Amino acid sequence: MIDGHRNNLRLAAVTLLLAAGSFRATAAELPPAAERFDFQRDIRPLFSKNCVGCHGARKQKGGFRLDSVEYLLKGGENGSAIERGNSAASDLVRRVARLDADDAMPPKDTDALTAEQVGKLRAWIDAGAPWPEGFVIRDNAQEEGDEEDEAKAKNRDLWSFKPPVKAPIPQNGEANPIDAFVKESLTRDRLDFSPEADRRTLLRRLYLDLTGLPPTLDEQRAFLNDASPEAWKNAVERLLDSPHHGERWGRHWLDAARYADSDGYEKDKPRIAHFYRDWVIGAINRDLPYDRFIIEQIAGDELPNATQDQIVATGYLRNSMLNEEGGVDPEQFRMEAMFDRMDAIGKGILALGLNCMQCHDHKYDPLTQLDYYRLFAFLNNDHEAQPRVYTPGERMRRADTLRQITAIETRLREATPDWEAKLAAWEDDWRAAAKPEWTVIRPEVDKNATGGQRYLPQADGSFVTAGFQPTKSTGVLRLEADLKGVTGFRLEMLNDPNLPANGPGRSFMGTFGLSEFEVEATGPDGKTAPVKFARATADLAPPEKTAVPPRFNEKEPKERYFGPASYAIDGNADTGWSSDLGPGRRNLESVAVFATQAPLDTSSLTFKLVQKIGGWNADDLHAAQMGRFRISVTRSPNPAADPVPAPVRAVLAVPREKRTPRQMAVLFGHWRTIAGDRHPDLATVYAAANTEIESLWAGHPEGVTQFTLAPRSEPRLTSLLKRGDWLKPTDPVTPGVPEVLNPLPENAGDDRLTLARWMVDRQAPTTARAVVNRVWQTYFGVGLVATPEDFGSQGEAPSHPELLDWLAVEFMDGGWSLKKLHRLIVSSRAYRQSSRVTPELLARDPQNRLLARGPRFRVEGEIVRDIQLSVSGLLNLDVGGPAVMPPAPLFLFEPPASYAPFPWKEETGKDRHRRAVYTWRRRTTPYPFLQTFDTPEGNVACVRRTRANTPIQALVALNETVSVEAAHAFAARILKEGGRTDVERLDYAWRLALARPPEPDEVATLTTLMDKQRKAAPKAGAGEQAAYTLAARVLLNLDETFTKE
Amino acid sequence: MTHPPELLEEQRRHLTRRWFFRDCGVGLGSVALASMLGDDRAAAAVSPLAPKLPHYPAKAKRVIFLFQGGAPSHLELFDNKPELTKWDGKLPPAELLRGYRAAFISPNSTLLGPKYGFARHGQSGAEISELLPHTAAIADDLCIVKSMVTDAFNHAPAQIFMSTGSQQFGRPSMGSWATYGLGSENRDLPGFVVFSTGKKGASGGANNYGCGFLPTSYAGVLFRGVGDPVLYLSNPEGVDDAFQRDTIEGVRALNQKRLGLVGDPEIAARIGSYELAYRMQQVAPEAIDIARESPGTLDLYGAKPGEASYANACLTARRLVERGVRFIQIHHEAWDHHGGLTKGLKEQCDATDRASAALVTDLKQRGLLDDTLVIWGGEFGRTPMVQGGNDGRDHHPNAFAMWLAGGGIKPGQTIGETDEFGFNVTADRVHVHDLHATILHLLGFDHEKLSVRSQGLDFRLTGVAGEVVDKMLA
Repeated sequence: MIDGHRNNLRLAAVTLLLAAGSFRATAAELPPAAERFDFQRDIRPLFSKNCVGCHGARKQKGGFRLDSVEYLLKGGENGSAIERGNSAASDLVRRVARLDADDAMPPKDTDALTAEQVGKLRAWIDAGAPWPEGFVIRDNAQEEGDEEDEAKAKNRDLWSFKPPVKAPIPQNGEANPIDAFVKESLTRDRLDFSPEADRRTLLRRLYLDLTGLPPTLDEQRAFLNDASPEAWKNAVERLLDSPHHGERWGRHWLDAARYADSDGYEKDKPRIAHFYRDWVIGAINRDLPYDRFIIEQIAGDELPNATQDQIVATGYLRNSMLNEEGGVDPEQFRMEAMFDRMDAIGKGILALGLNCMQCHDHKYDPLTQLDYYRLFAFLNNDHEAQPRVYTPGERMRRADTLRQITAIETRLREATPDWEAKLAAWEDDWRAAAKPEWTVIRPEVDKNATGGQRYLPQADGSFVTAGFQPTKSTGVLRLEADLKGVTGFRLEMLNDPNLPANGPGRSFMGTFGLSEFEVEATGPDGKTAPVKFARATADLAPPEKTAVPPRFNEKEPKERYFGPASYAIDGNADTGWSSDLGPGRRNLESVAVFATQAPLDTSSLTFKLVQKIGGWNADDLHAAQMGRFRISVTRSPNPAADPVPAPVRAVLAVPREKRTPRQMAVLFGHWRTIAGDRHPDLATVYAAANTEIESLWAGHPEGVTQFTLAPRSEPRLTSLLKRGDWLKPTDPVTPGVPEVLNPLPENAGDDRLTLARWMVDRQAPTTARAVVNRVWQTYFGVGLVATPEDFGSQGEAPSHPELLDWLAVEFMDGGWSLKKLHRLIVSSRAYRQSSRVTPELLARDPQNRLLARGPRFRVEGEIVRDIQLSVSGLLNLDVGGPAVMPPAPLFLFEPPASYAPFPWKEETGKDRHRRAVYTWRRRTTPYPFLQTFDTPEGNVACVRRTRANTPIQALVALNETVSVEAAHAFAARILKEGGRTDVERLDYAWRLALARPPEPDEVATLTTLMDKQRKAAPKAGAGEQAAYTLAARVLLNLDETFTKE
Repeated sequence: MTHPPELLEEQRRHLTRRWFFRDCGVGLGSVALASMLGDDRAAAAVSPLAPKLPHYPAKAKRVIFLFQGGAPSHLELFDNKPELTKWDGKLPPAELLRGYRAAFISPNSTLLGPKYGFARHGQSGAEISELLPHTAAIADDLCIVKSMVTDAFNHAPAQIFMSTGSQQFGRPSMGSWATYGLGSENRDLPGFVVFSTGKKGASGGANNYGCGFLPTSYAGVLFRGVGDPVLYLSNPEGVDDAFQRDTIEGVRALNQKRLGLVGDPEIAARIGSYELAYRMQQVAPEAIDIARESPGTLDLYGAKPGEASYANACLTARRLVERGVRFIQIHHEAWDHHGGLTKGLKEQCDATDRASAALVTDLKQRGLLDDTLVIWGGEFGRTPMVQGGNDGRDHHPNAFAMWLAGGGIKPGQTIGETDEFGFNVTADRVHVHDLHATILHLLGFDHEKLSVRSQGLDFRLTGVAGEVVDKMLA
């Protein structure tokens, strides 16, 4: 951005001004030069509107054009137009200022430039007339978009593109600044706050807002009996400290983060994503400053010494849907996910409609398509990583396992004082042994024989598989080459950051199973025949007859085993080679070698990678295809796999004297497994130790994988995409930020961390406003800006602009603390006033934008559920952990309601009644109860939920399984705990459900209906049960019950 | 003696209404409040599905979309390509494939001749496959479009595109737009009803009938062929009708008191919602009960009460449009014939042909076809190139076929042409956006004006494209 500050030039200009006093025009007659200018905002439109029509590409009147700087400086028939650094002496300025009527420009019959415009022009010339390199000013009259540009130029001055500043707090007697600002607008409309709501209403409001749970009877009693002036404050602090605060407010962020527990699209496979969800809840609970909150989600992995939690936080960007239906091009849907990430950042963090610019410049805001792809370029350089992560408990168990293994190995070393010499001797033998020479080959993939999977060739000759993953396939690769004397093939299974748990397989735990390795060769006689193998060896393999995990077996399980490499040449598709050594050692790189019976001369080889060890449902996590592999050939005699695994070989490559203790431990860890073979005297002790260690490995925690980001060493090329089409890249772009927003710091990097820090810079105009606005929206139903997703010119203007800005600055000043913001809001009069709606108020302010009354609206779907469970006493308040599957109609998860069968296993234990934030969110089968109450599906970022009121909601609240369970439990609870008489019991029920006692006529209404049930029931006990089930059901269906009053 | 269904339903509705109005005073509460306030919001809160008028008089008042998910082969059903037979087993001309992307196959695969024969039918002489004898018999009621084009060639994105006009998830579907624009003429049933009858569910999932950023009231409601038509419609175990009525009465009475105290019109809307829910419980089971149909009608469709089938869904759709439901989408996901094309196509045609045709015939004989638009088609077409040995076709977005009937459509014509391979459209190209523009036009809307503001933009079903296809119009 070219932005001239005149300060440093002022002295020079003044000097020049004096010197030029008698020259041609006097500076005194010129409008004064402006203080600042912005080329794009001030100069370009001025030229394009007033000048370029006659002095541009189309016409060059007077031999002069100024659509590019070269022409401008060249001047025209009348000589030079400008003198850089001296506006007063520039002919152009003299003319546009109309000092001389004869040569005024633009011509006399058109409008003259304003004094302000001339001032800007002068400032620009005085600053040396800087011009963006290669920039050409278009002739606006010729091209469409003139008005568009003007509108955009105007929108540069939009409130939301300028950093917020605190306006003075109105002095109107209100102690809380929120109230002071609100009062100002109320007074303007001749309104006032409503009286404070009664304490019971307030307490329930506060509980629903801060934790999403209604107050228990004890909590109500404690508050109502606390007569101290600190009572409110104490309640607020207690709730902000509650672990349930994060569940309630975290859920809001999860909407913006389009969180879900499945992939979306057709397959919509289960996705284990709860570590990210729990990270959000935890971050809110510990009041992680919002700027850190954003930084960790955009670039937690790029922070120094990033913790597992910080890496998990980058799941924010990875929450995009993933299409792995058959036949997809993985790159297409990676790009779809990229567009989705941009959209999520736009809506969720910046409150700007970035997605508009994927295809074209923003129509109304000064944001361009180039801006979009420059931001995009920050995000485009990552692996779609899926590392294995552990809970804190698992981390301890893992450390414990490794410690115990080390202890045993230390014991062995102590028991074998000459182990170093023995190991060295073994190493010498290993070095001396002949090793086959391998040549990597690059066969062609038969695209018609991949089962819909894609094989992506890599620079090192390996293939990475991606896209749809069939449960069973035979990948076919061909090599046309004349080879002589081939004695064997090597199949390397490699790690890759884009594979689950780093691979080398594609199963949900990064493993694979190779049923058969088949090769057909065309001999010198032109005949093609299967190659016969003498033997197969591998550096790693599970023990013989290791049963395959049930997921990789059929509905009616077959005898299926993993085992040594020989399983891959036994002609049995149900036995296969794998390198999965169990928990903690599932993801090792490995090598198998297939030696031919006789040397082979061939002109063409066809490899068939038979992978039939998978389950029955390709839409669940049933597949275990090869993830990354590479094939080599050798002519060395009797080739076999080096029994030394890759990590050990890496250490052996280090000169002996340079090996660290850690590397020595790796060597020892391998040597102890073969020491017994070399030294019979050690056999017994070592065998026992090895067995012990193996059993320790079996106890290693499993962990789960999470979607995260990991930077690539080679950044991708990002290009501007014509009409947003990923197949139409045009000019390459480098990372950068929109000119209209805060600039990047000097020497900024081009990593995600740079982008993240830029977004939460103090000067970032929209970030703090966006989050403050959304918090406000959650409390009051409508944001100060009613369009929280878009603060651009097409969004709504703020109802209380000064309050919004004051809150945003206060928020940043307070260390971006959300809890401080909550304290401020809930202590305001605006929040604490009664929500009673009078016809007059309703008529004057139906949406309550002026805040002459308190907020009153139905709570979110999750809270409707939580209220049912809490009131009935069913609620399990456990925090965090894997998503749960409460009762739902199972047919929804089966065809034809669902495309794919989805393993919904109804919880029968304590997880049946968890808070709704933990309900498994399957994107194509949204949980019916929550969907009915407007909970978003998590397909795209959502920062504003709709709030409908439908008959289906009534059906669900009355008849849905858990709603009914809650009604029964509530009835039982009332009968058990609520006293003896109807009056006592209903009083108890009312307090539980509504945090208030009933009015006598309310009791009468219910008892009348209850008596009907008693009369209808033959037995007294059944009648009582029925009567209270009715009462419980009524109470759980009241508008008041799921409304924040 | 049996009463005609309409009469029974009217009686039932009358009874429940009377109960609510007289015994519960509900109607008085909500209606009076709305008029007292003279407030749009209160009125809208009472029912977002209240009937509304379109931009100009509509030709079609209701829509039934027979969505053939998975994408049936146009080359075996509606687009007869005798030339393709000659090319069977040969590679396609190179220029045909320039820039072409295929889902599964290498585009440079051999061509596959059509597996089934065609004949001309009706006065219009429409070419229709031997697999579709019933459809062929109503050829003169149909407008067949052979020149459909779409943007996507994977199922989920293409289905979402067909249903919502965008490959991006989170946009309102056609049925949502229709109910948003027109409301519904039945207060006791959802305005937008969906059936899923195929081997699987929709590849695009619930987004095919979602409401996107519109209020939930406009989302499609999935009806089931067997059991409860609507989720949670039946009273739970141990709750009889009297108990349910007393519960709702208790809710109403207490809500009414609260309304008097706090004055929020939202409470009136809540009272209305419970009233509607109760009425839906009474009305919906009858509305979908095809056992009430005559044996002749059941036979016409090939419907068998108690089964979950495409035929039953078609017949139920007719019952629902009779009752004023605005938009019905029957999603039949069964046509993804990458292999086993010959057998698979025949199976699916046998399962659907009769009922699709019966629906048109039945609507016509009841005088409903004139203002009910019936649409048949999938999300894209299939390649003339072979996949999977010699009996399968891959996804193909460049050309496919659909048909429309009734509701202002000019019948007895075939629109559009494709090249000799059925690969590219050569005349009268109809893009999905154009189809949408035409459907909205028939419903009485200018597709450029039916928009909703979200994220600072005016969203339309047709995005920034789409032209009404005049040739389709009667």
